[in-house]
Amino acid sequence: MATKSKTITKVEIEHLVHHDHVQEDAHDDDHEESFVSKYIFSQDHKMISRQFLITAIIMGVIAMTMSVVFRLQLAWPGEKFAFINALLGDKWGKDGILDPNMYLALVTIHGTIMVFFVLTGGLSGTFSNLLIPYQVGARDMASGFLNMLSYWFFFASTSIMLCSLFIQDGPASSGWTIYPPLSALPEAIPGSKLGMTLWLVSMAIFVISSLLGSLNYIITILNLRAKGMTMTRLPLSIWTFFVTAILGVLSFPVLFSAVLLLIFDRSFNTSFYLSDIYIGGRPLDNVGGSPVLFEHLFWFLGHPEVYIVLLPALGITSEVIATSSRKPIFGYRAMIGSILAIGFLSFIVWGHHMFMTGMNPFLGSVFVFTTLLIAIPSAVKAFNYITTMWKGNIQLTPGMLFSIGLVSSFITGGVTGIILADSTLDINVHDTYFVVAHFHIVMGLSAIFGMFAGIYHWFPKMFLRMMNKKLGYVHFWLTIICAYGVFFPMHFLGLAGVPRRYYTNSAFPMFDNLVDINEIVTYFAIFGALAQGVFLFNFFYSIFRGEKAPQNPWKSNTLEWTTPMANIHGNWPGALPVVHRWPYDYSKPGNELDFIPQTVPLKEGELDGGSH
Amino acid sequence: MSLLVLLAIVLLIIAGHQLLKIIELSRSLKKTKEWQISDSDNNMMGKAMLLFMFLFFAFFFWQVDRWISRSLPPAASEHGVKIDELWDANMYLVTVSFLITNFFLFWFAYKYRGNHKNKAFYLTHNNKLEMIWTIVPAVALAFIIIFGLKYWNEIMDDATDKNKVTIELYAKQFDWTARYTGKDGKLGETDYRQISGTNSVGMDTTDAFGNDDMLVRNEFHIPVGRQIELLMRSRDVIHSAYLPHFRAQMNCVPGMITTFKFIPTKTTAQMRKDPYTLKMMDGINKQRAKFNEEPVEFDYLLLCNKICGASHYNMQMNVVVDSEEDYNAWIAKQKAVKVVATK
Repeated sequence: MATKSKTITKVEIEHLVHHDHVQEDAHDDDHEESFVSKYIFSQDHKMISRQFLITAIIMGVIAMTMSVVFRLQLAWPGEKFAFINALLGDKWGKDGILDPNMYLALVTIHGTIMVFFVLTGGLSGTFSNLLIPYQVGARDMASGFLNMLSYWFFFASTSIMLCSLFIQDGPASSGWTIYPPLSALPEAIPGSKLGMTLWLVSMAIFVISSLLGSLNYIITILNLRAKGMTMTRLPLSIWTFFVTAILGVLSFPVLFSAVLLLIFDRSFNTSFYLSDIYIGGRPLDNVGGSPVLFEHLFWFLGHPEVYIVLLPALGITSEVIATSSRKPIFGYRAMIGSILAIGFLSFIVWGHHMFMTGMNPFLGSVFVFTTLLIAIPSAVKAFNYITTMWKGNIQLTPGMLFSIGLVSSFITGGVTGIILADSTLDINVHDTYFVVAHFHIVMGLSAIFGMFAGIYHWFPKMFLRMMNKKLGYVHFWLTIICAYGVFFPMHFLGLAGVPRRYYTNSAFPMFDNLVDINEIVTYFAIFGALAQGVFLFNFFYSIFRGEKAPQNPWKSNTLEWTTPMANIHGNWPGALPVVHRWPYDYSKPGNELDFIPQTVPLKEGELDGGSH
Repeated sequence: MSLLVLLAIVLLIIAGHQLLKIIELSRSLKKTKEWQISDSDNNMMGKAMLLFMFLFFAFFFWQVDRWISRSLPPAASEHGVKIDELWDANMYLVTVSFLITNFFLFWFAYKYRGNHKNKAFYLTHNNKLEMIWTIVPAVALAFIIIFGLKYWNEIMDDATDKNKVTIELYAKQFDWTARYTGKDGKLGETDYRQISGTNSVGMDTTDAFGNDDMLVRNEFHIPVGRQIELLMRSRDVIHSAYLPHFRAQMNCVPGMITTFKFIPTKTTAQMRKDPYTLKMMDGINKQRAKFNEEPVEFDYLLLCNKICGASHYNMQMNVVVDSEEDYNAWIAKQKAVKVVATK
């Protein structure tokens, strides 16, 4: 049994009790656990994490395919593509030409899926679930049952969103930000009929899923840390998951209320967002509401959402960069400080999405100030990553390549954020392709690179096998080349004044000289999408036939690598590990090996690395 | 076509199958395992990082070289010139930081690529360094904030010139209407319930100020050198009045009147002779010739820049900047709407 210290805290007792219980369970499980309780309605964080990941991958492929469809339209408007007709049929892709309403629908659903289902549900759902119990040294999440519900609400939400693709009037099509009145009035656009209702229902369920997950993450991190795992010995990944979960808990309910009020406006004739509207040949009765209210509520979630997407990716990267550079993460405490600062500031910057909405210009200037402040902790993080690599002994694993890719895209997309945060400069590029380029690079690419880094790095933990290294390399290089090839040229479209969400740029002669830019973007998009085939193959093939992984393939310090190479219930077969040091003792002088796991006691007189 | 697709799929499956066989065969022969990153792996990937950096920067400069001349022409409004200056200053700053930080990132990835003989340098933190890269960005951002807000306050200032021209831009799916004040200098009140076939912008028929208001579609004229005060309304959903050549933009929100003010500095005729514009139009017309389309001349444009429905991409209006005389001649020809009931 576990060695007991003299002072046993309440948490420890719970651990011990839980642990005993688990051992019995583990014994029984071999006989009793059915297919359903093991693979479908599982309460095990490892299985739930894999469920989230595979759902997110499927959703990602769907959303990526959508982007290829509308990129074809943007590069060659009016051209006939059998591909489009095959996917969308005669109704939305007659003769292979994309229907304008369907174009908007695809843009909307592409954004929704990517932001919520891939980068929120997929990223947090996968890695918070996998790593929180593992890295804090817990048997499982605080509530396995709520955790299971979190996944199944997520599944229901994705299913409803996918169903909305197949209804008569098409899915929601007022942009992923669903500003009313466009999203509130079925007369305004076909997508605002049943499609919008399904979007709203799906999103309400998604919020429930996110809240169940986030509460669980927070409680697990606060209450179920192993003995010796103080907050300042937590890996940075856990810090980011923690702050992300807090952001989610505080901001998603606001989206929920925004969605609820929109449902009221749509279905029960209230006027929260509607006023003075004449549409479909008649004036509406609604008076006194304001769409700007919706924008405030939406972006009160929407901006923290950017960091809900980004922070877990940064956390994953922190682990991968430190492990692969064989060096401690540079400035551990400064990194925690930056995460907290970013988390706090992310709540007071939402107005920078609304400089041009008719919001009071003075209020706009407050948001300029707070938004530009957020560049400081972001810069600190980027510099600290680069310094971590300085004088390292960098093992260029596929995960490390993607982490370097993340730092690059975080910088490249981040610097244009400084431009867009400046309300004066935003006047002319607001809602143009400059914005599309900015957020795809800083949020989309960074987060997806972080997700890939996490998949390559923790695949051995998730599936007990290795992914193919060479295919990982090929995947990385094709992906980063195509990703920059797609999104970098978009800056120049923005500089030429091209608005986003235009079905075609051919209606304005002033955009005629941009044809070749649009073609280049589309070529890269197609190749980039095809390149993901390399990943999909590697992923699914390795699940079943990959090389068997050793216990600690990357020679990492964190606790998950002390678990046996079997996905057992309760994670550790014996006692829970006891933590003696911070997670970043890589290449510490005076040690033969270049890593010291967190479970190794400090030598006499040795200072813990994080205690500065 | 479908035969080709089928063939491609079959070939892909065969190729995949062969690939699998190779992988599985080679695994048993291989000395290194999937998790072992050999020195030659690190060497190759480290060099690839450096190569990528050069390609990335080359791609960046290639794009700037080729495409920056397709940016919007220099601003044709007073505040726009300031925005352009501020834009350039900021853009240089961020471009330099983009290049420097990306350089160090990829350079370090190359320089410190792993080797089994090396050991990393144990370094946990350095307060001085961290202070430097907290304070340097903070100072740079302070300048950005100060200049940005200074111009923002000037642009958004409530005060208006005495000789301003007030024009209402009325947006609906999917076109624009401009309403001029007429001689009284005032726009009549509006009421959305009174919208009808003959009263398209919903003027209040009881307000006499509206009687001399003039409605213009497809193209509206403004005089050079005078302050243009745009008041924006929308009939149905949110639109956004985007006048990129004047660096002007504001959403049109149902239930609200939003405003934007600017002073145009170049007439359409002047702009058509501007060397930058000429070169740009030359490029545009060359491309149009390829599509067998008529050559065009430069025009100022009003675009919709907020998703508003199926024809969002084609919600446009021409803007003509006239000299004072031309403008007066043009406005004299416009007819009042006369929607107010005669009492």
